[in-house]
Amino acid sequence: MNGNATSQYNLSADEIDASCRVPLLALFNCAALWLALGLALELLASLTFHMPEKFGGCAFLTYGRLVPAANDLLIYGFAIPAGLGVMLWIFARLSQTELVLPLVPIIAAHIWHLGVFIGTIAIFIGDSTGFAWLEYPRAPAILLFAAFLLIAISALATFGARHQRELHPSHWFLLAALFWFPWIYSTTNLFLLSGHPVRGVAQAVIDWWFANNLIFVWLALVGIGTAFYFLPKFAGRSLPNYLALFAFWTFILFAPWCGIPQGAPVPAWLPALSSVASMLIIIPLIAIAIIFVKTVCGAKTQCKGGPFCHIKFGTVAFLLSSLMLISLGCPHFSKIGEFTWFAPAQAQLQILGFFAIVICGAIYELLPRVMNFELPFPKLVRAQHWLFMLGLAFLIVPLAIGGIVQGLKMANPNLPFADSTNAALIFLRVSTMGLLFLLLGSLLFAANLFATFCKWQCALVKSMLGIVNAPLETSEVKS
Amino acid sequence: MKSGFRVFLAAFVALGLSWCGFVLAPVLQLGEAKQTQILNSSDTYPIQRTGDATLGLQVYRANGCAACHTEQIQQSGMACDVILTSAGKNSAAVSNLISNLKLTGLTKEEADAASDKITAAGGKSETHIAATGADISRGWGIRRSVAADFLYDSPVQLGGIRVGPDLANVGARLGNANWQLLHLYAPQDVVKNSAMPPFRFLFNVQKIGDVPSSDALQLPKEFAPAAGYEIVPTDDAKNLVAYLLSLRVDVPLYEAPFTPPQISTNVPANKK
Repeated sequence: MNGNATSQYNLSADEIDASCRVPLLALFNCAALWLALGLALELLASLTFHMPEKFGGCAFLTYGRLVPAANDLLIYGFAIPAGLGVMLWIFARLSQTELVLPLVPIIAAHIWHLGVFIGTIAIFIGDSTGFAWLEYPRAPAILLFAAFLLIAISALATFGARHQRELHPSHWFLLAALFWFPWIYSTTNLFLLSGHPVRGVAQAVIDWWFANNLIFVWLALVGIGTAFYFLPKFAGRSLPNYLALFAFWTFILFAPWCGIPQGAPVPAWLPALSSVASMLIIIPLIAIAIIFVKTVCGAKTQCKGGPFCHIKFGTVAFLLSSLMLISLGCPHFSKIGEFTWFAPAQAQLQILGFFAIVICGAIYELLPRVMNFELPFPKLVRAQHWLFMLGLAFLIVPLAIGGIVQGLKMANPNLPFADSTNAALIFLRVSTMGLLFLLLGSLLFAANLFATFCKWQCALVKSMLGIVNAPLETSEVKS
Repeated sequence: MKSGFRVFLAAFVALGLSWCGFVLAPVLQLGEAKQTQILNSSDTYPIQRTGDATLGLQVYRANGCAACHTEQIQQSGMACDVILTSAGKNSAAVSNLISNLKLTGLTKEEADAASDKITAAGGKSETHIAATGADISRGWGIRRSVAADFLYDSPVQLGGIRVGPDLANVGARLGNANWQLLHLYAPQDVVKNSAMPPFRFLFNVQKIGDVPSSDALQLPKEFAPAAGYEIVPTDDAKNLVAYLLSLRVDVPLYEAPFTPPQISTNVPANKK
């Protein structure tokens, strides 16, 4: 990208990239595995709607255990560690320094993935907490929290060591994300899973606040922060800074107030406030859309299904998923949309359509630089992009439409409830195909990552055997 | 922005505000909630669930029932009927007044206005309130769910999606424990084309001893075990059913009023 721009400092881009190598691999490898596993479980769960009677014998295969396990794998297993990895690299690049304390994120990555593993097992054996998006019980939650803090330390140290004092717009978003997660995760765990949890529906309110701040806000901060770093570079343009600042401020002010369902059995001011906030979200959305158009449209760079395509598509998906969120906050529409598949469609679009695609694109872009060799299967990048787009089309569109059909039938008291379920069933069965495409795409992503890892390990072993004092520097055939 | 500190400050203010709004305020407002009084009665609500039902909530949680079932009845509004209980001395004036007044399907304000007019004319009236909405007309409950319904539950299992029907009032709707057990074991047997997966792992298949177990399920041929065997619910299944049967939202509260059906036969409302 900007390899030559770094020459004024002592470090070359190659050295910066090399310092990120091991921590990033530790974060990404398991993340790719969890992504594939999460989608596989999601697929298995959706088979319940094809043949419910076949899923009765085994507690592990119950829909109510498969779905939380799969969702948590997507968010805790894949999204957060992959996002943190990309964040570390962007921080190192923007700071023009090597990654500070590289050993810390390596250890933290292992703690994190151990936490995800234990949490998943806990859900399967029936130890889930019962709170949506917060199903991991106390022990794995502590591991995740500690690991996040460790990675944040390394990220902040790298940030502090920057040469240029002026902050890049990506910095704002990513720094805010570093601050966001520890606060929301600790406060929610303390209020809901400590020895004396809060009473009654306050639990549900806190859980909605947490879920919105995790799925909508945190993912948006990291995803948009990443997009704002890569898009100007790909397009060869500069980012409109003041507009980005405006988008950042308005987004973090309004977005954390969304997410309380309109019909919830809680004091009425809570959903009312949430509804107002979701209307206001339109302001940062317009700003982000303008930034996107100004940066990307008319750019001479062809994307050809590569990382540029990924990140462009992901940003558009973010705008769409936010619009779906706004519609759910609108009292008239929410009467139809709530309690239907529309809300899960929005969450899946946010996680898979926006975040996963942006982060996969970023990883495809940074991995060759970090490893100092090209991706083992460059053609799979494009294949994955198409599979994901196809998968999303077959997953999100049927779920959203099915949700509206289901909601319309549910709102009509003259129709029996079974009508609404049956109407949604056809759409659900179509969405299984979408999950299959997404699973295949995630396997291609994992294939590239694991092949990279193996190639690197082989090179490492070879260089050790060959008693060469400077491992890997022989392959400096970088364009 | 030039310093990281300012970004942190911005994030701190933004997240802190929403934390105060959606974490601190609900905890202060609802976290110390106590029992409330049932409308027109000296009884308090809710009462703690029984021991087996409390255990059953944990079975409900462990198996993620909330992934498909909500526990929140919605209500779009309420319809009030003003009913004349006594015409008083000036019955001609009252009957004249009533013939000109709309007395059914009113809002609360209209009903109050009508009943004021009747009182002014010397008659006596009472107002009957009924909740309205798709969930109510579907028979899922008599009124909407409110915060008080969940006072003793931990974790609160509101749910977010209705793949299956709402369960907030299932104990009053489908109060037969045997039906519930049968439905858990073989949903497709009880509800045709049900999308619910069976929960067979909550049941044991055991050899019939000298005397058949009194708990054994009476299953049709299609779902019955091999000859000489019987299907017996485990403690988990029994607790889960106890919890389901304990789910009832059938008392009027200040924030969700309705006139209970048994009082609607011209008995004064405060005499229960």
